[in-house]
Amino acid sequence: MTAATLTHETGQASAPSLRAALQDPPAVRWTLLVLALGFVFLFLFLPLAAVFVEALSGGLTTYWAAITDPVALKAIELTLIVAAVSVPLNAVFGVSAAWAIARFEFPGKNLLITLIDLPFAVSPVISGLIFVLLFGAQGLFGPWLVEHGVKIIFAVPGILLATTFITFPFVARELIPLMQEQGSEEEEAAISLGASGWQMFRRVTLPNIRLGLLYGIVLLNARAMGEFGAVSVVSGHIRGKTNTIPLHVEILYNEYQSSAAFAVASLLALLALVTLVAKRVLEWRLRRERLT
Amino acid sequence: MTRGSNGVLPGFGLTLGFSVLYLSLLVLVPLSALFFRTASLSVADFFAAVASPRAIAAYQLSFGASLLAALANAFFGLVLAWVLTRYRFPGRELVDAFVDLPFALPTAVAGITLTTLLARNGWLGQFLEPLGIHAAYTPLGVTIALTFIGLPFVVRSVQPVLEDLEAEAEEAAASLGAGRLETFRRVLFPALWPALVTGSALAFARSLGEYGSVVFISGNMPLRTEIVPLLIVTKLEQYDYAGATAVATVMLVSSFALLLAINGLQAIGRRRLAGAGAGE
Repeated sequence: MTAATLTHETGQASAPSLRAALQDPPAVRWTLLVLALGFVFLFLFLPLAAVFVEALSGGLTTYWAAITDPVALKAIELTLIVAAVSVPLNAVFGVSAAWAIARFEFPGKNLLITLIDLPFAVSPVISGLIFVLLFGAQGLFGPWLVEHGVKIIFAVPGILLATTFITFPFVARELIPLMQEQGSEEEEAAISLGASGWQMFRRVTLPNIRLGLLYGIVLLNARAMGEFGAVSVVSGHIRGKTNTIPLHVEILYNEYQSSAAFAVASLLALLALVTLVAKRVLEWRLRRERLT
Repeated sequence: MTRGSNGVLPGFGLTLGFSVLYLSLLVLVPLSALFFRTASLSVADFFAAVASPRAIAAYQLSFGASLLAALANAFFGLVLAWVLTRYRFPGRELVDAFVDLPFALPTAVAGITLTTLLARNGWLGQFLEPLGIHAAYTPLGVTIALTFIGLPFVVRSVQPVLEDLEAEAEEAAASLGAGRLETFRRVLFPALWPALVTGSALAFARSLGEYGSVVFISGNMPLRTEIVPLLIVTKLEQYDYAGATAVATVMLVSSFALLLAINGLQAIGRRRLAGAGAGE
């Protein structure tokens, strides 16, 4: 193709000069490379490195003491609980919504797709605020909740609600395009061969979507464990009770316990690194699966 | 793809019913509580909260810093996407994976580490302060935090378009004697701009609502370094629910308007790609 273009478009131009014209001049290449890598170094690498350096600045003993402090352990426990609730809920929703949207035609489908993405457009702070307006002491259901002794805001249920809201779209938005692309022939074949709905789901659908599902779950989990704004509004910051890891980091930092704050923050930074690796591996395998 | 499957495949009623119910209970009802609450405010109260000098200063900072950050990301994001798709250098894969760090790193962690870097005695602050550049606890710091947060949006929007671009158009331009810069301006940029604008708009939208990475570095001085999300939190902490709700409504409506605009842009981008495909 290149050779053909060459001979009849340019006459006397030789291949090397055309290739040179397609490549940026060395000065441009070097400038762009330095700009790009300098930016990555300053804006991404340095902040991440600083987390670990600051975390270990007080020595290993201080580091260990900070992350095994009973209040820190309580925060870690609550963070794991939050993820254990919001991840399965939103994963089940994601699979269910993707099934309805990718396999059937119905009126209002595009509206539904738009509404699923809605939580991504809402500021984390507002995501917390709406639950305060519903369940807070002055909220819509506040008086009723107080009367019945149910506490949602400034308690664990509020944290679960706000986190589940924030992470709502992750799995659905990965699975909808994936399932649309895969089509439904295999599933239709399973049904016409006499499989029940559940058998079809377990033997055909689930194996087909498992990488995409896992990809969505990895991102969902990272956000659920790391969410700060929404949780901060509904949590009430009760030490050892309603603090997740990010909130515990904030408290330590504001109390000038810098190396303890960074020690606990380094756990979240490690989670971020694991997330990035898992994301890469899954992207690579998804691409390979699509090609075969 | 889904044509004709309506009759064969099971589970439509169950999955759609569950999805709509879950969506309504978790997202739609709570969000409507915000508008419900706003509607119960008197017009005077609403405007007193929304148009107070403090609120207006907060909008200016939030919109201004988000815009600057989005512009910085448009430039650096384009350069980064270009370098990642066009050049081969050791560690390219690693840098590519690293671009997603702002998505993966919890915002509070980003907030404290950026503040520490830019503080007077920090790794970067110690070089900036003698030059008279104060980053921590100033609007500049807010812009830097928002640039960090928005970085992946532009790169990830532009990268696939650069990868898909046919080399032929570029080759043709070059063989017709166009210089590199002219090829970029006439051939590459027209194909790229919808993705570039979409990515920047997504970064801008994310920045408007951002809280965690900003509160630590901004210093939170009313009228000077107070962003809108922080103003909402402050009002809530003072039990000024009406004020918090009014300001939140303004923000939410802006975000939704932005989202609609972005959807429109993405549609333009898709049509361009489809058009280019049909033209081959």
